[in-house]
Amino acid sequence: MCTYALEVERVRKTFTRKERVLRPEGKRRFRKHTKKKEEVVALKDIDLQIPKGEAFGVLGPNGSGKSTLIRLASTLLLPDSGSLRIFGHDVEQDTYAVKQLINRVSVDAAFFKKFSPIENLMYAARLYGMPPSEARPKMREIMTRLGLKESTFTQPMEHMSRGMQQKVAVARGFLTSPTLLLLDEPTTGLDPHSKRDVQAFIREVREAHHATVLLTTHDMEEADRLCDRIAIIDDGSIVALNTPDGLKASVPSDNGDNTTMEDVFIALTGRTFEDAEAEKEVDA
Amino acid sequence: MRSRPVIREMRGAYAFVERNINLIKRYWGWEVVWLIYSLTNALAITYIGNGMSAITGQEIDTQAVVKYLLVGALIWQYLSVIFYAISEMIAWERWEGTIEYTFMAPVSRPTHLVGTTLFAIGYGVVRTLAILVIVSAFFRLDLSNANILGAVLMLLAGSVSFVGLGIWAAVLPLLYPERGAQMTNAVAAILLLISGVYYPISTLPNWLQPIAKCSPATYVIQGMRSCLLDGQATETLLPTIGLLIGVGLVVIAVGLAFFGRVETYAKRAGRLKRSG
Repeated sequence: MCTYALEVERVRKTFTRKERVLRPEGKRRFRKHTKKKEEVVALKDIDLQIPKGEAFGVLGPNGSGKSTLIRLASTLLLPDSGSLRIFGHDVEQDTYAVKQLINRVSVDAAFFKKFSPIENLMYAARLYGMPPSEARPKMREIMTRLGLKESTFTQPMEHMSRGMQQKVAVARGFLTSPTLLLLDEPTTGLDPHSKRDVQAFIREVREAHHATVLLTTHDMEEADRLCDRIAIIDDGSIVALNTPDGLKASVPSDNGDNTTMEDVFIALTGRTFEDAEAEKEVDA
Repeated sequence: MRSRPVIREMRGAYAFVERNINLIKRYWGWEVVWLIYSLTNALAITYIGNGMSAITGQEIDTQAVVKYLLVGALIWQYLSVIFYAISEMIAWERWEGTIEYTFMAPVSRPTHLVGTTLFAIGYGVVRTLAILVIVSAFFRLDLSNANILGAVLMLLAGSVSFVGLGIWAAVLPLLYPERGAQMTNAVAAILLLISGVYYPISTLPNWLQPIAKCSPATYVIQGMRSCLLDGQATETLLPTIGLLIGVGLVVIAVGLAFFGRVETYAKRAGRLKRSG
């Protein structure tokens, strides 16, 4: 019997980016520009094993490869090399079985914007084969637990705030009771109150259903609070992997204060989170 | 959640039917505009027939021309609805940004297609009937001689082929996130040009006629005219109906296989990501 919810073995993923560049003076015939292809390595031969029931955090700045890892586990991307297995099922070969075990909440709450939360969640429920008699009470229960008012359930999503939309996205992710929940920056952009609601709900569901959680975030405090183990990822490579306390213990504090995750990141990469993100923006 | 696979797939297929009905309800303004556009288009084309004597200055059986054009306009209405409903199954998801969620769900592509097709046929029938009723107020369409059963069979057989063509066109928004949806319009326009919707294909240039004979729409429209205008017996249509269903099934099967390959490519190249 497989003891790992997710096994990532030497996974590499690159993307090709096309850039417009000026043609040399002598070679301009019809167009001034030409397109140049550039390879961007998102993940560099990553290895990872997440046991069943664990809450595993992937902490890193924007563009470090976190979302690529989640998309690979979600069957939305295929690796260039290496393999991913979810509860023993190969993501590339046994896609249908994998899809039945997972769900994902991403940073962009993508919905049919003119539909109500109920209509959007019913669409999701039917896609996952849930009978409406089971889906209807469950979606109401989850949305209420997340602090959404009953009156908003039938309003078009486009009239809802970003925070409310994200809560509906969280409800969609949990509605199908996935065994492996992939959370890609689920609280980014939320106000502190909504963030606490979502974090409390993640903890509650995890305790009640023993689901495995893979959470990516650039919120150091969130990773510290929710995760059993944390991998720090930078520029497509895992630079450290340990429990939150283990990571902090590996970096001595300079000023006698408690070590934070930010101190850990600076010690391992030589940069602050902000510096790393600024570098990525310049590259892009 | 632990229901039998067939029931799960049926629920999955119904998800697309219900989603599309909800889209119509929410975008009803677009529906009205689209209906007016289609209706005026059908009327404008049919009035060409009405004005043939005035245009040429010769005695022409304008009633025959009007019927010829009207049948072409109505059938094209129906077939294009089927084509667009299938080809837009990806474009809508791209536009709303939900494509990753639908592709991540445990629902097979054939199920996705069955749901979209069921909706497309129902929607196409309702829309075409609405246009027919309104157009009847403008022109006298005598169908007393028509073989309605044969026409219905012919139309259903033609739907199979257009579902197949729609799948091929649906690949475009998958491959080209920004321009794919517009490219499907070009495919529809080419089918309109070559399939003898408003004129016999014998009027096309010689080099285009063999291509016209490859379009399933050519046979659907010829068959429909034979049934509705000449009352051709159903038995004589059976070989064409059989051919259309056979060709349609092959186009669907190959289209699904091709779609699967393109989906794999899109996953490898990272093209499923929200765009537009």
